[in-house]
Amino acid sequence: MEPLLQLTGIHKSFPGVRALDDIHFSLKAGEIHALLGENGAGKSTLMKVLCGIYQPDGGEIRIDGQRQRFRSYRDAIDAGIGIIFQEFSLIPELNAVENIFLNRELRNSLGLLDRRAMRARAAAIFKRLGITIDTGVPVESLSVAQQQFVEIAKALALEARILVLDEPTATLTPGEAEHLFSVMRDLQLMGVGMVFISHHLEEIFSVCDAVTVLRDGGYVGTVTTSDTDSTALVEMMVGRRVEQTFPPKDHPVDVEATLLEASLQPGRGMRPIEFTLHPGEILGFAGLVGSGRTETAEALIGARPCWRKRVRLNGREIRLRSPADALAQGIGLLPESRKTGGLVLSFSVARNITLNKNARWLRWFVHGARDRSQVAELIERVGVRTPNADAEVNTLSGGNQQKVVIARWLNHDCRVLIFDEPTRGIDVGAKAEIYQLMRQLTRKGIAIIMISSELPEVIGVCDRVLVFRGGEVVAELSGPEIDAGTIMLQATGNAS
Amino acid sequence: MSTLPQSQGLQGTRPAARSRLDRCLHHPAFLPFIGFIVLFALMIFINDNFLTANNLTNVARQVSINAIIAVGMTCAILSGGIDLSVGPVMALSGTVAAGLMVAGVPVPLAMLAGLAVGTAFGAINGSCIAWLRMPPIIVTLATMGIARGLGLIYTGGYPISGLPDAFSWLGRGTLLGIQVPILVMVLVYLLAWIVLNHMPFGRHLYSVGGNVEAARLSGIRVPRVRLLVYVISGFTAALAGLVLSSRLLSGQPNAGEGFELDAIAAVVLGGAAIAGGRGAIIGTLVGAMMLGVLNNGLNLMGVSPYVQNVIKGAIILAAIWMSSMKRR
Repeated sequence: MEPLLQLTGIHKSFPGVRALDDIHFSLKAGEIHALLGENGAGKSTLMKVLCGIYQPDGGEIRIDGQRQRFRSYRDAIDAGIGIIFQEFSLIPELNAVENIFLNRELRNSLGLLDRRAMRARAAAIFKRLGITIDTGVPVESLSVAQQQFVEIAKALALEARILVLDEPTATLTPGEAEHLFSVMRDLQLMGVGMVFISHHLEEIFSVCDAVTVLRDGGYVGTVTTSDTDSTALVEMMVGRRVEQTFPPKDHPVDVEATLLEASLQPGRGMRPIEFTLHPGEILGFAGLVGSGRTETAEALIGARPCWRKRVRLNGREIRLRSPADALAQGIGLLPESRKTGGLVLSFSVARNITLNKNARWLRWFVHGARDRSQVAELIERVGVRTPNADAEVNTLSGGNQQKVVIARWLNHDCRVLIFDEPTRGIDVGAKAEIYQLMRQLTRKGIAIIMISSELPEVIGVCDRVLVFRGGEVVAELSGPEIDAGTIMLQATGNAS
Repeated sequence: MSTLPQSQGLQGTRPAARSRLDRCLHHPAFLPFIGFIVLFALMIFINDNFLTANNLTNVARQVSINAIIAVGMTCAILSGGIDLSVGPVMALSGTVAAGLMVAGVPVPLAMLAGLAVGTAFGAINGSCIAWLRMPPIIVTLATMGIARGLGLIYTGGYPISGLPDAFSWLGRGTLLGIQVPILVMVLVYLLAWIVLNHMPFGRHLYSVGGNVEAARLSGIRVPRVRLLVYVISGFTAALAGLVLSSRLLSGQPNAGEGFELDAIAAVVLGGAAIAGGRGAIIGTLVGAMMLGVLNNGLNLMGVSPYVQNVIKGAIILAAIWMSSMKRR
């Protein structure tokens, strides 16, 4: 039988990064096919290629054996592809029916909106899905699960034969997820082919027919779910990697000394997250996206409200009500997103490095000449490759941009630095440089918290690792315990 | 395995400084300055009476009030906000000072009171924007109405006249042969230049306008920066109000109608990005001068004020269009 959808040899590169390298994927009508891989493995990029948001550099997409060329999302919709994104594409202020027929409104003979017909069509779809949705209220007042179903109904109203569900269960309760699965099985009987993206292996085993695994933008393999088990899948995801160049963990951490002790309770009735930090160590925060790692870091420095918080630095209790307080105490954060949280893109390299300089307001005037020489020194020390210090920072590559953010914090007398996904979207060479830089800093007694979704990096760089799941710390690993399989099983909740 | 050569690892290039000429060409006020030269040349060409010492001093003095207000507006716009309340705040400050003088309060004290009123209004704007996180355009639109109303209540709607002669020095006097309003303007620009370019506060202000999230996460006290921005704007509006009252020797409750537009026009014509983060105080001065030269030239040519409005509006639209083209 000819596959409904066939992707062959898909290639896609971004400046400095090979995002997809020779990917194969095929989907039969009435099949639920899981796409599995770590963060950054290329799942989302592949799906964006499939729905015309990205243009592939090579390879072809066939639907029913017909070669397709999608120049835009619109083309993909016309070809019968429906995508349910991680972030919903619903307009919060409109009701379910209006959302479903957005931009394809039905009209009556007068050319006005035919509300009755649209309501009837929507009701039919909801009935088919076996769900009840209040169509009289804006979708923002529906539950997240209901919004998810509206999103599915929208795709079905488009008569999508291929449905992509990008982590649809991330925000659902187990009961709601179960209902989603039964809807998926119904759709399966109607011949809809589905691509299911999830990090939860048990979900994949309960609902999917086959699994395709990606790793580091490459194709690992496709297996049928009945022929495999979770250990084998984790093995495929984590794999035996190309040896990366991590600096040796050569200097022993003095575990007797404590630099920072923190106890953070994000909300009333939630379990506090407690951890300590030794001088000169790199502590990893591992876990899936949304497991509470970034939230914990932001709560620590006061960038996000926290129900109850106790922080001791060198044994002295400190109050961190805002990132400015944290800066005054020598605690700095390198945000997850360089472009939106780290840099002022229209500013020069020098202005970005001196961004938070003299934030203590004690010194009234900027010392221009001294600043310039400090900036030049930092650029040299961190290894930013830039034509000059006045170049706009958005003309630099991702790795160099990240180094600019690092340089900003070296401008201060920091004792604790938090690196949130420091190497995301950075090429291999620059990654190695950033790891080396982190090691150099720890030799000076600076403690580093590294939040990372890339397992090899966590394993290669960290002295100690906390694994997060569902807003809690579920495991603390150190030394030889830090191992890909253990972290993955703890993070996905498959540890027995 | 981990034998990454040290040299490849952490060797940066010591960057060469950008040349002076290059920096000039990339300055936000570069294009406005060229525009000003062209406009100036055009006016000389069209009108014989334009290039006289008398006329040029006249232009500078006329420009001074808008130019002073535009300093506060520049701060607001650079920080990613806007201050619509400047016109009425200016009128209120001027009338309060005038009223106190007529009531017999010593001139310097009355002037300080006028400045205090404007600054207080700025602090109210700033508090709403910084701590209550209300949008600047709405906050200052509301306080615009409040300030205008308070000015009319205070004066009963009539101008306050009979001010002491000692007060006229600020608006009409000369010092070392230069008119005092021009000197005040120059002084305010000099201070603003120091604050924006040579004080940490100025840098923080630009950062807040450039990317408020990056500014916050890097430890800048964003609310404090925002508060101070509107305090500055209130202060410069009040100062302009004093200069105007002194020049007219009366407190006019209806003064400053539409001044917020002129100030915004000066900032935008001066090359600042309306979204914040990019611009220069010297550009605003050039922008204000352009508006002044344009006004003066059109007056000399006998163009009707109605038509002048249309021309000014079209020029502002063109300036904003050019700045949005640059961003793309």
